[in-house]
Amino acid sequence: MTAAVTTDSANVRRPLGGRLRISTAWFGAAPFLVYTAAFLFLPTVLVAVGAFSGPSGPTFANLAQLTQPYIVSAFEASLVLSAVSSAIGAVVGAVLAYAVASGPPDGVMRRIVTALCGVLSQFGGVTLAFAFIATIGTEGFIVVWLQQHGIDFYPKGVWLYSLTGLTLIYVYFQIPLMVVVFMPALDGIRPQWREATETLGGSTWSYWRHVAGPLLLPGFLGCWLLLFANAFSAYATAAALLDIGGVIVPLQISRALSSEVGLNQANLAAALALGMIAVVAVITVLYSRLQRRTARWLP
Amino acid sequence: MNRRRRRRLAIFSAVVYVVLGLFFLIPIAAMIEFATRGVALGSPRTLSAFTSISADPELVGAIAASLELALIVSVGVLALLLPTMIWARLRLARLVRPLELICLTPLTIPAIVLVVGFAPIYRWLEINFSDSILILSFAYLILVLPYCYRALAAGLATVDIRTLSEAARSLGAGWGTVVYRIIVPNMSSAVFNACLLCVAVVLGEFTIANLLDFENLQVAIATLGTYSAQESIALAVLSLLFVFVFLFALTFLSRFASRRRGAMRG
Repeated sequence: MTAAVTTDSANVRRPLGGRLRISTAWFGAAPFLVYTAAFLFLPTVLVAVGAFSGPSGPTFANLAQLTQPYIVSAFEASLVLSAVSSAIGAVVGAVLAYAVASGPPDGVMRRIVTALCGVLSQFGGVTLAFAFIATIGTEGFIVVWLQQHGIDFYPKGVWLYSLTGLTLIYVYFQIPLMVVVFMPALDGIRPQWREATETLGGSTWSYWRHVAGPLLLPGFLGCWLLLFANAFSAYATAAALLDIGGVIVPLQISRALSSEVGLNQANLAAALALGMIAVVAVITVLYSRLQRRTARWLP
Repeated sequence: MNRRRRRRLAIFSAVVYVVLGLFFLIPIAAMIEFATRGVALGSPRTLSAFTSISADPELVGAIAASLELALIVSVGVLALLLPTMIWARLRLARLVRPLELICLTPLTIPAIVLVVGFAPIYRWLEINFSDSILILSFAYLILVLPYCYRALAAGLATVDIRTLSEAARSLGAGWGTVVYRIIVPNMSSAVFNACLLCVAVVLGEFTIANLLDFENLQVAIATLGTYSAQESIALAVLSLLFVFVFLFALTFLSRFASRRRGAMRG
């Protein structure tokens, strides 16, 4: 007992009515809060402030620049790229996750697939961009092999370094990401539900249509949104595909940041960043709504 | 599950694995193929692209920097995030939800956006603090927050930290002992998981390093790619394999930790 009192009184002077104790407990959380204030909130505030800053004080000029055709088309391209790659990734990823989840929980296949999906989803667009250049680039393995058999892989011109190629590469990391984020939802499905359906005379189709489908749908849509946000914010892959120019918003941001023209460009980058935050914020709100619906049934 | 359904499921799984296995493994195989190509069309395969990596001091420096960053960020997570999470659960219940929201914020504010705000901060840091690449660890710690928070929260949920900490404190332990000698060993697989996520994220990070003009592993691979495709792909393959082996080993570790706990209870 004495030891506990001694240790406690190191932090707290004997409180008058207990109020002092609560306020000093916040000191324990202070290091983390100060750190995130400096390196998470401060940058965000700087982005918001920068978006409205101009050479002569606060201005809407940067936001007005967002309406320029080349930036609007960058946003469109980003949205299309994210929509297509996340749609394909969500469906294919869900199928793969289902195949893995219905196998033995300690099996080798599950371990390998889980580890592989972990690597490919986190790992970094540069490696993946190079992998695709090595596969279907102009000197790539498949292109060369097909050439040796007289088939031209690119009859209408090389598309790897365009939005189409980028979409394909995005699908490559969207599928594993879907497996990683959707697997917990699939693991939460109880075999009792299937048994109950069968006891009541239901078929596989009616099981999916009336039981598993509706239960998994919010989780599925939520994971799809996550994939969308992930694709929308991705930068490394596009940056590593050298000839791609400024076709999507992250590339426009990097162009604005590395431009030597000066302050205006940095503020344009901030405006673009603010635009991205707006899009991703909408998605995150939708995602948390969907997650709350899933949490009712699946842990 | 009846036999017919089991068979259909097995066929379905097999088809999925084969088709997607090809889709995912062909590019990796192509990378290995490309990296081992000989000089001329008919030349034998060679590992020279791999061995030349260790001969290039800039590359080795970039690799070392990334590994050091991974280490610093892992230590940072254990020294800053984990104690705060434990503290919140034990003393400041009101902090638990806001803490979770803070840790999930980097998902809403992605790296490409954060880096715009980091630029002036890092300019200041480089002038007044240090211009070593290791200052990237400040930014990276923020990036790993969502992943590490989820891993550590899952681990903390399985440990009765209130009982353990009260017992330890009543025996005279300080907070350091409570966190690192009592609670952490009880959630070792979650801690290891979090550290491995830190390693994967830090080794794979490109955006912030590139736009703040630092040369980490991924930036080195990209720069190398502009003048030596083979070497860059060799390095990419090596780093991919490295992280895969790590993560694969992790799947064994979580099972080991839970078995140990079970054995001790019995």
